[in-house]
Amino acid sequence: MKVVGRPLPRVDGATKVTGRAVYADDMLPARTLHCKILRSPHPHARIVSIDTSAARRVPGVLAVITGADLPIKFGILPVTQDERALEHEKARYVGDPIAAVAATEEEIAAAACDAIVVEYEVLEPVMSIEAALDAPKDERIQEYGGPNNVHKLVALEFGDVDGGFARAEHVREDVFFYQGNTHLPMEQHSAVATYVDGRVTLWSSTQVVHYVHRALSKVLELPMHRIRVIGAAHGGGFGGKTDPFAHEIIVAKLAMLTGRPVKCTLTREEVFYAHRGRHPVLMWVRTGVTGDGRITAMHFRSALDGGAYGSYGVASTFYTGALQTVTYDIPAYRFEGCRVFTNKPPCGPKRGHGTPQPRFALELHLEKIARDLDLDPVEMKRRNFVKPDTRTVNWLRVTSCGLDECADKVLAASRFRERKRTPGHGMGFAISTYLSGAGTAIYWNDMPHSEVQIKVDRGGVTAYCGAMEIGQGSDSVLATIVAEELGLQPSDVRLVTADTDTTPIDLGSYSSRVTFMAGNAALEAARKMRALLVEAVEASGRKYEEVAFEEAAVLGEARFGALTTAGSYTPPKIAGPYKGSGVGPSPAYSFSACVVDLDADPRTGLVNVNKVWIAHDVGRAINPLSVEGQVEGSVYMGLGEALMEEQVFRKGLHKWPSMLEYKSPTFLDMPEVETFIVETNDPEGPYGAKEAGQGPLLPVPPAVCAAVFDALGVWIDEIPVTPEKVVEALRRREKGEPPRYGPPRFPSIPYPPAIKVEPPPRDAAAAAR
Amino acid sequence: MKNEVLRDVQRVVLTLDVNGEARELLVPVHKTLLEVLREDMQLTGTKHGCELGECGTCTVLVDGRPMLSCLALPVQLRGRAITTVEGLAGGSNLHPLQAAFAELGAAQCGYCTPGMLLAAKSLLDDNARPSREEIKEALAGNLCRCTGYAKILEAVELAAGRMT
Repeated sequence: MKVVGRPLPRVDGATKVTGRAVYADDMLPARTLHCKILRSPHPHARIVSIDTSAARRVPGVLAVITGADLPIKFGILPVTQDERALEHEKARYVGDPIAAVAATEEEIAAAACDAIVVEYEVLEPVMSIEAALDAPKDERIQEYGGPNNVHKLVALEFGDVDGGFARAEHVREDVFFYQGNTHLPMEQHSAVATYVDGRVTLWSSTQVVHYVHRALSKVLELPMHRIRVIGAAHGGGFGGKTDPFAHEIIVAKLAMLTGRPVKCTLTREEVFYAHRGRHPVLMWVRTGVTGDGRITAMHFRSALDGGAYGSYGVASTFYTGALQTVTYDIPAYRFEGCRVFTNKPPCGPKRGHGTPQPRFALELHLEKIARDLDLDPVEMKRRNFVKPDTRTVNWLRVTSCGLDECADKVLAASRFRERKRTPGHGMGFAISTYLSGAGTAIYWNDMPHSEVQIKVDRGGVTAYCGAMEIGQGSDSVLATIVAEELGLQPSDVRLVTADTDTTPIDLGSYSSRVTFMAGNAALEAARKMRALLVEAVEASGRKYEEVAFEEAAVLGEARFGALTTAGSYTPPKIAGPYKGSGVGPSPAYSFSACVVDLDADPRTGLVNVNKVWIAHDVGRAINPLSVEGQVEGSVYMGLGEALMEEQVFRKGLHKWPSMLEYKSPTFLDMPEVETFIVETNDPEGPYGAKEAGQGPLLPVPPAVCAAVFDALGVWIDEIPVTPEKVVEALRRREKGEPPRYGPPRFPSIPYPPAIKVEPPPRDAAAAAR
Repeated sequence: MKNEVLRDVQRVVLTLDVNGEARELLVPVHKTLLEVLREDMQLTGTKHGCELGECGTCTVLVDGRPMLSCLALPVQLRGRAITTVEGLAGGSNLHPLQAAFAELGAAQCGYCTPGMLLAAKSLLDDNARPSREEIKEALAGNLCRCTGYAKILEAVELAAGRMT
């Protein structure tokens, strides 16, 4: 390998360090109008009337629109098309968009928004999971779902769960809560639209140009070929820019009405309300084990606070139950999940999508079981680790798996077993897994998930792909793979990406899918191109490696004419034979193990993390420097969630919609992180690669809580672990109460009878391959 | 632009020294340096994350000291030397900090990068060989959501080593 596996600089590095990368808000085409959006001040209200006449009279205002102008509903999932770009019937959270203005200056647009008169009939808001389960005082938030404000209920059972509990020698139940938090990208969402010759062009800070394309087509009632969506340079997503957003549709509509470019950049406060972040999840888990700690059965319940709209929520709900079985061999498993609507900004996917919450619960639950049985928690967990090339009880296909090696690395490097047992100092261990791309598309179809085209001519090589660089290194992965196959350097490969007019479809930057899926498509296209060039060079009596690339290109073009090749990637059909099996399957899973070392002050409750060791099975590091960067960033975000970040509301208002009050770790809060890259050479990944962008976040929060227990002897069963919770748990222990801070109970939820699914035969994975 | 909303806005003609070039501008007095740099001078390398002085993203240098351009008013900066990310490189040669950030992957999404670079430049101009703690302290006002700060720390150290 000449470039794969080397710590090369990113192909977009120089552009970004010089300030030349053009983000959406950096664009200001001639005659651009500025858009401001009027948003609901009420969490739950019927809209009686909207009077825009005064706003229209403000000099400098060119257009004012309301929901009546954009009545068609959209949503990321086909089953939950419940959003409008502008709502004219009912507001469901503070910040729900009601009207929008295009004006010559931003201040004029803002003043015009102030001049819009909206008459509301205020309704009782629903602000918690418990309240959503009860009968609504006024009316339901959404017209679908139910009962009451329940959005989605699922219940699945794999194998003989009752039998598994019956043969268990020890059974334990626990309740956990994972607070919601938000992505907090440094870049505020921004979009610019033009309307020229009957075609809309939209530049946006999005993770998925294709999904924005689809939503625009639906709501604007334009065929897709009359819309072009271009991913601008991207200032951070983490899942928060994966939905199509109201402002993207609004600027397109305003550009159509005015014939001028229209731009909308959300304020930081609006970004907090746009949200789509981590669901707050309440969880109950019951597990049966043998005397030596082998799991015989598990029953997992989740209740997700979804906010006001569907977003990715149905998928999020399934994800809270899907991946428990991918790290631990669970022979019988029952999962019951519930998502409710509340009058808060909609939750959706954030780094780890729906799986950090159950991972937190599962890891701590197993720690407690081990202590019940007087077993070493690490050894007990290891006894239950999944093996490579197996099928889980819920039909998930596990291929390459470096779980043992990951655990070995962090345990050895941290000297976990030799740690000093002094009060106030603790170490905690946890493991996790994540997808390398979702095995099924958001909307059902048989087309590839990623496509790449390569053009070679006397001017060089260009690769075209719909994949979106969001900072995770997408462009560098594509360039590296093409360069490797053609014998070039990544910087020799020109890229055209994330443009629905010029690039073939890729489903975008979410679910850790780019390296695996776009990478495989690039590999196929590049190998086809190499074969053409090799044939042309060899026809001239020489070897490909002996001639300069420029000459190979000339020979190829002379022999074949225009040189273009294409590759595509479609994931294998590996979902299990049951409804709901579409969430969880992935062509490959990454695995992580983590040790956290911290000091916890029993007087103040303050937790100070000293060091984190993390090992990540990435399959194969296409660029080890980029993998380290993704792992370090994941650990950082995991620590933020574990210790300080929370998205909480008071009477529908965000308690701290600013970057100062919403606490996130600064330079001074970040401990040293020691990263170990574990390579298992996945059989289906490009050069054996899997994912690195999300998985390493997952073990961090439970490792923090395990370390707090190690330090102080109290369980903090909900995150973030704030000083107040630590002090309260210590106080309870002193009073002789259980030494714990966490949710006291799990609510009664009307789950349907579980769909019983026969588990796969034990050798099914081998058969599937 | 004549209209009611902006009718009473006071405008001033002033000269700003940005990246060594004097530029004469007509700006509303309430416009921030961030807005003037980005909108009136097309220097969009300076980014913004909050426009409230909370995230450090819009950091520029004024007479070599880091300043949050979202809280600075150009009318107060006459005669001061303003440096933005566009002024960091010498011609087409990257500044050692820029080179180190690019080499080590210290810029992921790249959005906080201009502010980080300028805060780091100010540090190194004062303290050629800062300790890790000094680097962390100097950059603690600049938030980054991608990197976990690790590669940024390494890049500042690498650049410092190369510059001395």
